[in-house]
Amino acid sequence: MSIIEIKDLKRDFQVGEESVHALRGISFSIEPREFVSIMGTSGSGKSTLLNILGCLDSPTAGDYIIDGTNVATLSHNELADIRNRKIGFVFQSYNLLPRTSVLENVELPLMYNKHYTARQRYERAMEVIHRVGLESRIHHTSAQLSGGQQQRVAIARALVTDPVIILADEATGNLDTRTSYEIMALFQELHAAGTTIAFVTHEPDIAAFTSRTIKLRDGHITEDYPVQPASAQAALNALPSSEDY
Amino acid sequence: MNLSNLLKIALRAIMRNKTRALLTMLGIIIGISAVITMLSLGEGVKQGMKSQFAEMGTNSIMVMPARQERGGVDMGNSTSKSLDDSDLQALMENCPHVASFSPSVSAGAQMVVGSSNHSGSIQGCSPAYLSINNYSLERGLMFTDDDVRTYAKVCVIGQTVVQKLFPDGSNPIGQTIRFGKVPMKVIGVLKEKGQGSFGNDADDIALAPYTTVQKRFLGINYFNMIEASAVSQEASEAAATEITRALRKTHGIDNPDNDDFEIMTMDELMTSMDSMMSMLTLLLTAIASISLIVGGIGIMNIMYVTVTERTREIGLRMSIGARQRDIMLQFLLESVVLSLIGGLIGIILGVGLSYALVSVIRSGGSMPITFILSYNAVIISFLVCVAVGIFFGWYPAKKAAGLDPIQALRYE
Repeated sequence: MSIIEIKDLKRDFQVGEESVHALRGISFSIEPREFVSIMGTSGSGKSTLLNILGCLDSPTAGDYIIDGTNVATLSHNELADIRNRKIGFVFQSYNLLPRTSVLENVELPLMYNKHYTARQRYERAMEVIHRVGLESRIHHTSAQLSGGQQQRVAIARALVTDPVIILADEATGNLDTRTSYEIMALFQELHAAGTTIAFVTHEPDIAAFTSRTIKLRDGHITEDYPVQPASAQAALNALPSSEDY
Repeated sequence: MNLSNLLKIALRAIMRNKTRALLTMLGIIIGISAVITMLSLGEGVKQGMKSQFAEMGTNSIMVMPARQERGGVDMGNSTSKSLDDSDLQALMENCPHVASFSPSVSAGAQMVVGSSNHSGSIQGCSPAYLSINNYSLERGLMFTDDDVRTYAKVCVIGQTVVQKLFPDGSNPIGQTIRFGKVPMKVIGVLKEKGQGSFGNDADDIALAPYTTVQKRFLGINYFNMIEASAVSQEASEAAATEITRALRKTHGIDNPDNDDFEIMTMDELMTSMDSMMSMLTLLLTAIASISLIVGGIGIMNIMYVTVTERTREIGLRMSIGARQRDIMLQFLLESVVLSLIGGLIGIILGVGLSYALVSVIRSGGSMPITFILSYNAVIISFLVCVAVGIFFGWYPAKKAAGLDPIQALRYE
């Protein structure tokens, strides 16, 4: 069964009198353990697609089935629960809570799941913090972390609920090349361990680290092809060492 | 999200902006402390008056001649001569709800003993005067009905008079006081009673048989007033009715408008004082609570600011699975906590302020008042704070919960 299945998805926006067609009927599916990059210039509809994939927005027409659930029929609260249980978001600007520790930021999604006790919450959070390599900084607040570290916290926060898919929105957009590669290496590591990832970007060199690319233009899918992913770790090693700066 | 986590979030958000929180709470603090102060002062004055009345005798009834008008000129209170011995007789026979009667006449007099003197008045009455007015004897005896019948030249004096006329501390009993030209023998001394209910000195008193005062001092045969006490406080009204009926009969009055006497019962006085104080307290409390509304608006304002400031946080929380209800509760709880902390400070301040004010008023001495911490006021204040928090936090919280997560996440 596909993780994500999209059939003839349309999304129109009403701007004044005019109707803008952001997505004009697209179809694709994402299988478990895929690492997909969604590419497109601004205005191509990739943000709209991501919002729909993230259950933050609903399609005007067409079907969106995530992990066997058709979201078209869901209420506000059910959508919130889908976001909580099945989706992990990673944003370009991290969106960590200010003046809040790494641990609490990572625990946050579990706060909205009644089934977790405080103890389970803590243990689960520590587990994913360990995976992103920040166990020595659990009591630091976001202001005390570098951009790359903040994005690692955000990735840990996305992982903590054990979602069926991680949706990353230009997750390297605010980072320098070296840190971008580090983050991509982390994503590749997670992917290798079995996580399904959809990565929205407009940078071809970042898309090269994924295993499949979907290109959007003017609300249509123009290309959808498998990629032989480059190793982010190798790219990182090939960079001139930081002492050169 | 559960309540204790929400509470933690609310407290942390408030602690992050301490100055702002304190300024926001100021309206609530002022409002609650003012309300608490007003309520406890009002209750304190009420209780103070009640105990004063109790000392004066809660059963007591006063029968006075009505105000008189002659040719359109108001002659003032107690100027008529409508009450006399025949009325007293009629009253004593016809009023089963009255325990005792005492006529009252008074005459101003200069009291002299040896080289000491004191300007006061001599109060003519019958022996029942003591029980009606809650006086008791410290030493000696009260004069008797026989003394009344014989215009006996005897008197019973209060502590103030004792101090003025017998400064050396000698025993006044058996000694003679000259009231103007009339020598009177002291046969009893009253126990100290303290301040009267209207700030007068209840111990500056000299009692004598009313007949003595009528004949030897004033040369009259009517009374200034008849005092009575009902068999109980509850019987006051029935007693007043009986007195009215008896007096109308002896005076031959059919039309109540022509009554030539007035009746005042302590019961009635207390009731009207009580309701007056309640009205006053209510009015002041209402004025004080305006500040609560202003404070609530302050909270509303700050909550709107908070929601705007934290738009991205709200977007994030929604994107990771917060339901609208979670967001709503988070901000609602924050405003309730804000209001409650303000209320707690207000309660402490209000209790302190009313204690201080009661102390000041008491030391001033002109008003009977006791310090009463009204638990009702405290509990009501608490509930009012919760209500203010919910009422004024509702719209900002609703706004937060209604945000579109996509817009909120993109908010700069």
